[in-house]
Amino acid sequence: MRITCPNCGERDRREFYYQGDALALDRPSQDAGLSVWDDYLHNRGNPAGDTKDLWFHEAGCGAWLVVDRNTVTHAVHKAVLAEKVKR
Amino acid sequence: MRLEQPEQTVTFTFDGRKLKGVPGEPVAAALMANGIKLVARSFKYHRPRGVMSAGSEEQNALVTVGRGAQTEPNLRATTLEVSEGLEVFSQNAWPSLRYDMLAINDLFSRFLAAGFYYKTFMWPRSFWEKVYEPVIRRAAGLGALSGETNPDDYEKAFAFCDVLVIGAGPAGLMAALTAGRAGADVILADEDTAMGGRLLREREEIDGKPATAWVAAAIQELANLKNVRMMTRTTVTGAYDQGTYAALERIAGDRAAGKPLECFWRIVAKRAILTAGALERPIAFPNNDRPGIMMASAVRAYVNRWGVAPGKSVAVFGNNDDAHRTAQDLQAAGIKVAALIDSRDDTDITSDFPIYTGAQVVATKGRHALESVTIAYNGGRRVIRTDCLAMSGGWNPTVHLTCHMNGRPTWNTDIASFVPSAENVPGMVTAGACNGTFSTADCLAEGAAVAADVAKDLGFKSRVKVPQAEDRTYAISPLWAVPGKGRQWIDFQNDVHVKDIKLAAQENFRSVEHMKRYTTQGMAPDQGKSSNVVALAVLADATGRGIPETGTTTFRPPYVPVSIAAMGAGSQGKGFAPERFTTSHKASVGRDAPMIEAGLWYRPSYFPQKDEATWREACDREVGYVRNAVGVCDVSTLGKIDIQGPDAATLLDFVYTNTFSTLKVGKVRYGLMLREDGHVLDDGTTARLGEQHFVMTTTTAAAGLVMRHLEFVLQALRPDLDANVISVTEQWAQFAVAGPKARALLNTVLDQELTDEAWPFMACGEANVGGVPGRLFRISFSGEHAYEVAVPSRYGESLFRMLVAQAEVMGGGPYGMEALNVLRIEKGFITHAEIHGRTTAFDIGMGRMVSQKKDCIGHAAAARPGLIGEGRQQLVGLRAKGPDHPLTAGAHLFEKDADATRVNSQGYTTSVCYSPTLDTQLALAFLENGRARHGEVIKLRDHLRDVTETVVVCDPVFFDPTGGRARG
Ligand SMILES: [Zn+2]
Repeated sequence: MRITCPNCGERDRREFYYQGDALALDRPSQDAGLSVWDDYLHNRGNPAGDTKDLWFHEAGCGAWLVVDRNTVTHAVHKAVLAEKVKR
Repeated sequence: MRLEQPEQTVTFTFDGRKLKGVPGEPVAAALMANGIKLVARSFKYHRPRGVMSAGSEEQNALVTVGRGAQTEPNLRATTLEVSEGLEVFSQNAWPSLRYDMLAINDLFSRFLAAGFYYKTFMWPRSFWEKVYEPVIRRAAGLGALSGETNPDDYEKAFAFCDVLVIGAGPAGLMAALTAGRAGADVILADEDTAMGGRLLREREEIDGKPATAWVAAAIQELANLKNVRMMTRTTVTGAYDQGTYAALERIAGDRAAGKPLECFWRIVAKRAILTAGALERPIAFPNNDRPGIMMASAVRAYVNRWGVAPGKSVAVFGNNDDAHRTAQDLQAAGIKVAALIDSRDDTDITSDFPIYTGAQVVATKGRHALESVTIAYNGGRRVIRTDCLAMSGGWNPTVHLTCHMNGRPTWNTDIASFVPSAENVPGMVTAGACNGTFSTADCLAEGAAVAADVAKDLGFKSRVKVPQAEDRTYAISPLWAVPGKGRQWIDFQNDVHVKDIKLAAQENFRSVEHMKRYTTQGMAPDQGKSSNVVALAVLADATGRGIPETGTTTFRPPYVPVSIAAMGAGSQGKGFAPERFTTSHKASVGRDAPMIEAGLWYRPSYFPQKDEATWREACDREVGYVRNAVGVCDVSTLGKIDIQGPDAATLLDFVYTNTFSTLKVGKVRYGLMLREDGHVLDDGTTARLGEQHFVMTTTTAAAGLVMRHLEFVLQALRPDLDANVISVTEQWAQFAVAGPKARALLNTVLDQELTDEAWPFMACGEANVGGVPGRLFRISFSGEHAYEVAVPSRYGESLFRMLVAQAEVMGGGPYGMEALNVLRIEKGFITHAEIHGRTTAFDIGMGRMVSQKKDCIGHAAAARPGLIGEGRQQLVGLRAKGPDHPLTAGAHLFEKDADATRVNSQGYTTSVCYSPTLDTQLALAFLENGRARHGEVIKLRDHLRDVTETVVVCDPVFFDPTGGRARG
């Protein structure tokens, strides 16, 4: 599997650390309540199809990326810097 | 028998017998030249078997090479190259290939039919593991490993290209030429020892010259193109995501010459062209497995390419035009053709050898070698004496790689086989025989055309120039199985025959995937290369369906067996993981300190002295240094993260539970870090070196984890913060100097006077050592008056030696991990033994460190019900009855009189030691509602090590609870 890092170009997946669903970007407020925090921490979809998840270019530039990919075809559509998504 | 005398021969052995062979030819050819037909025993029934094919699809002729630790089992004699001194052994036979006692299995075959595993051996239950399985495993099998460590070298490598061409037959060569001429960066890989594929085995002309001459010219041209790499002996074994392909290269040359045996490649290609050719399939007629019965194309290969006659009088049996070539080639080579048996009624071949149309082979004879075949012909039977039968049931395009990413092949009625579907592996196209295109002219044209398209897509300009070649049509009339007396073998490697598949259908294993598992057809190294389509046809017939409806099993990588040694090349021993050494490594090893792993780091366990018999004596002495004089310890392995920027303090407030924005410049504070789910992530001290400059320390184990966490917070959660983090663990060598004489020691090496007023407890700042700018932190992980002094790494070794020398003058010395552990347990300081991922700030007694004035990572989740309260197991100290009552880590805790059973467990120990300071055995532990139970006597039970002790619950800080020694 290969991911195109916006900083480094196309690289082998061995350079990346996989974190999980990109919804981790949307951190609830401190007082959002238990069920919101429960969703944020634990509840994940398991889609057969397109997903957005977080990868860390640990053996590269150190950027956190949001990667759009497909769990069925394994296609990697695009990867963008997490800080750009957030801003 | 050889057709011509070879120029050069070498000597190799087969089962100890010395034989002559031509260097580089397949062992199968050399055995054939020496008249050896019986080369193996089959997997299950130990039936005598001979060479069947001339390629990597070989099912029968598996052999073992070498001896002892260098034994390599299950190599195919059809691809194994002859070299001087090569030792080849037959396998799966006892006491010898010719008289194999286990052939008795064949007599009991009625009981060993498909699914026998599941039926025969169900009762009594206990017999399965003890009796049946060991016996079956011994009787049914392939070659054996030596069990010794493999001393041979293997390699792995990476390659990148624009176009990967897989297979160098007519289509592959043409594709490589077209893409190469256009200027694309091309890799052409072929599993054979030479490029050319089928053209090396056939009598054909291209552009009016022998095909082999055209191949030689093509190879020469490709070799002259700097943008083309040719890889022979390289099988592309799998297709993976984003144009990644795995390939196994068998390295040419003598294994004794010190070269690696194999190289495992990962090839990343923008595009791939699959030109993998096709495999001929057998016909399932009765007793079609005798030595001497071979694939028709393999017979041509041995005659045309290797100059070896597979028999003296050869019969040919087929259902397609291609089989005719074998008879013609044999005749041209001067080998007697006993008969051409064509199952079709009308064929237009004429010749002076006997031709039987509308005929089928219905029986064969010959125990260790074929003697005759019986054919049904014209309503009667006829016996034909022959020592070799060439069979052809037609051709299966090698679609395997197109299926590796979920592609499903399509049935093509014209050729009675599967061809690749248009959508298979992204970026891969197919051409030639693997596409169901069989004539040489069509293969050349298709190879050129797809390569031109690919080149154009990649931005290259290409011109297509296709040479003239034969353009025979391929006509076939399906013939799968011939009924009769005797088993009709389909999967030779797994000993599966027609009746097995019918039995599977009868017992309702009608799905092709179920049939495969029930019969084992297409399993193991063969992966159904030769047997799949025949098996499907028989299953389709037995279930009354067509072949397309029956479907095919999934072809999975690898295409050929790949040794684990090749895939894991370089990862044995030192190659398993990188080693990280501190600057004091040499000095520690020089003092005979046993080095222990801490993550990737190596740290000294203790520093032994001559009069000491055990590690405990050394450890106790080193603890004494710190408690009574001064000890020196390398703590460079702790993670050091430099944090700078206007918002550095805000970042720390967000990642630590406690507040850092209030920390004064020149001060250090202990911090606790949570995961977002409220459990403890790590702890450590952070020093404020400037208004916008902090240095964070992490535990050795979590250094990488914390770095990743900080980057996550900065980039993914708080990109609004103007702060930067960078790991400086490798840049600084840092040493703990601990003990009542710590300040005195440091005053012998520091450039400026160290005073208690200027450097109170938890102070930090710059401090020079011998003119070298360093840093000093007054922190303590031992509970003693202590400092950590840091210098740039290049000065580390020298500073360590200096500190140790001074310590020894003062009655102290270096201390290792064992003493460090005792010192921190005595003080109740936690490590990852305690913060193991399931403990909260509340559990370790630091609940109050979670500031209520601000948000931080883990703040909301840490307050969840269930993560706080009496029911939680809380950190406590345990004191044993005395020094002779050692405790164990991982032991469970029970009420004094409770039974030591799982349901009664109230907690467990995490760290244990003998405390020389307190002269007793101690433990840190988690105990239900533990903080309220100080003083209670409880039971410790370690079922694993059979330890039972009575212990007293107490505060985890065993020594100097007020902390006066560190401050003083
Ligand atoms: Zn990158």
